[in-house]
Amino acid sequence: MTGTLPPELIPGPILELRDLTVSFDGFKALNALSLTIDRGELRCIIGPNGAGKTTMMDVVTGKTRPDQGSAFFGEINLLDLSEPEIAQAGIGRKFQKPTVFERLTVFENLELSLWGDKRFLAALFARLTRAQGEHIADVLDVIGLGAQRGSMAGALSHGQKQWLEIGMLLMQEPDVLLVDEPVAGMTPQETERTAELLVSLMAEHTVIVVEHDMDFVRSIARRVTVLHEGRVLAEGDMDAVQSDPRVIEVYLGE
Amino acid sequence: MTRSDQTGTAFVSTLAIAAVLVPILNQLVPVSSPLHVSTYVLTLIGKYLCYAILALAVDLVWGYCGILSLGHAAFFALGGYAMGMYLMRQIGPRGVYGDPLLPDFMVFLNWHQLPWFWHGFNHFPFALLMMVLVPALLALVFGWLAFRSRVTGVYLSIMTQALSYALLLAFFRNDMGFGGNNGFTDFKELLGFDLHRDSTRVVLFVATAIALGASYMACRAIVKSRAGRVIRAIRDAESRTRFLGYKVESYKLWIFVFSAVLAGIAGALYVPQVGIINPSEFEPINSIEIVIWVAVGGRGTLVGAAVGAVLVNYAKTYFTGALPEVWLYALGALFVLTTLFLPRGLMGLLPGSGDAQ
Repeated sequence: MTGTLPPELIPGPILELRDLTVSFDGFKALNALSLTIDRGELRCIIGPNGAGKTTMMDVVTGKTRPDQGSAFFGEINLLDLSEPEIAQAGIGRKFQKPTVFERLTVFENLELSLWGDKRFLAALFARLTRAQGEHIADVLDVIGLGAQRGSMAGALSHGQKQWLEIGMLLMQEPDVLLVDEPVAGMTPQETERTAELLVSLMAEHTVIVVEHDMDFVRSIARRVTVLHEGRVLAEGDMDAVQSDPRVIEVYLGE
Repeated sequence: MTRSDQTGTAFVSTLAIAAVLVPILNQLVPVSSPLHVSTYVLTLIGKYLCYAILALAVDLVWGYCGILSLGHAAFFALGGYAMGMYLMRQIGPRGVYGDPLLPDFMVFLNWHQLPWFWHGFNHFPFALLMMVLVPALLALVFGWLAFRSRVTGVYLSIMTQALSYALLLAFFRNDMGFGGNNGFTDFKELLGFDLHRDSTRVVLFVATAIALGASYMACRAIVKSRAGRVIRAIRDAESRTRFLGYKVESYKLWIFVFSAVLAGIAGALYVPQVGIINPSEFEPINSIEIVIWVAVGGRGTLVGAAVGAVLVNYAKTYFTGALPEVWLYALGALFVLTTLFLPRGLMGLLPGSGDAQ
């Protein structure tokens, strides 16, 4: 719906970051970072604290402006757009801490996340169309909360809230999903379910996951990018990255 | 959801029965019968129903949208003053000074001309429009400034309280042209009907009951719409709602203005029944009392707010008659005890109310 570039039509890169530099008081959070993500990919980004993972996400979602470099989402120059415009263009971000509407039901949380006219009078007279209802049902299916659709979101477990939040992002049908530490604080079972969920989103969406939990990354990653001191240290499949001596030195060896 | 629907149906039914039964018991049952309802009691219940409309207005902004307004008495009073101005113009030459145009207090102040803002109030439709428009306009301007600057929480509450207090001081002044600290009284008739006749009182009572029923239905329609879910989302996580693309300020403004209109209607119905309007209606304590009614009945339940208003005011009538010096302490204790032991108010006592919004 939002996609300016239907995935099936244009293969190749969807997100291209070139020489991005961001400095805060002389500290280079990003130091000429270049990164390309392909359409339909599930990419994991790892790196020690301060490697620039969050700053990279902030630049992509428009929260932080780089000092230098370029960031393209397909043909769209992300540096020209504001935060809401980037969200509209089809890049959704899931923050670390889940913020769902605790005193609304799971269904209502998804309903409020629908695309459409969001003005007061439109909402006052809004009726759920059949297509919208089906869309919500599909997302409920994907995030595995069909049985909880009528429950208050506040009654969900931590893991379920995270999935609901991912569902709220999916309602907006983003092309690219940025997911920040999805399994922090989850039980092993929830972590496993989250892995399945993210893998199932791949192909239809491009998913970028920033995560500390190495076991989790191993379980989902097709391609891993290791950031260190604001730039890409290594990139490749999990085995290649894990055997890279530079990576072992800065991160995995700890 | 179904539980709140049932409660709502019970509320509207009770109201409808009262609107029919109370007038019958007043008009058709002989005074000697124990079932007779005196006009005094009928008017008293009518007054409580006005307060119930006011409580709905506060519950809508506070219970559902999280805006703790401590200034709703001001909107109520403005609606009341608009009605009062119409009633004053209806007195005509029958005032103490017999001036065909000027109300008594203006003659007393040696005024020779009707102030410009008193024109038109001799026409009921115009006055009716003002009862709605004046509170709406004040809420619009105040809300637009406050919400746009993202003033929230206790700061907003203090500002609403200050607004009400400023109006209190302004209306106290004689040269404002609203009768100073005496306000308006000695009303004669409304739309040609003598306000002292029982039949007029009965009609006012029924009109108030209908207005309360209609206000409740309108509030319920709003909170059950998608817009109602958005305002609850704003209450619970404002910035998250904004992040989803909703213009939070605009939602707050719509709800605040609608709520002010309800308060104005309540005030307009109140004045002909109690027969007086003066600046004490702007007292900050009045606004706080409304919040207590809502808290006692159950915040965010609509029906609870209306029931709370009636019960607390019944208690007030009883206490201020029997033990006048105890009332304020009793009110304070009621609020503290409700907060401690009944955080969901009286509505929280209903079985199956666990899914209340």
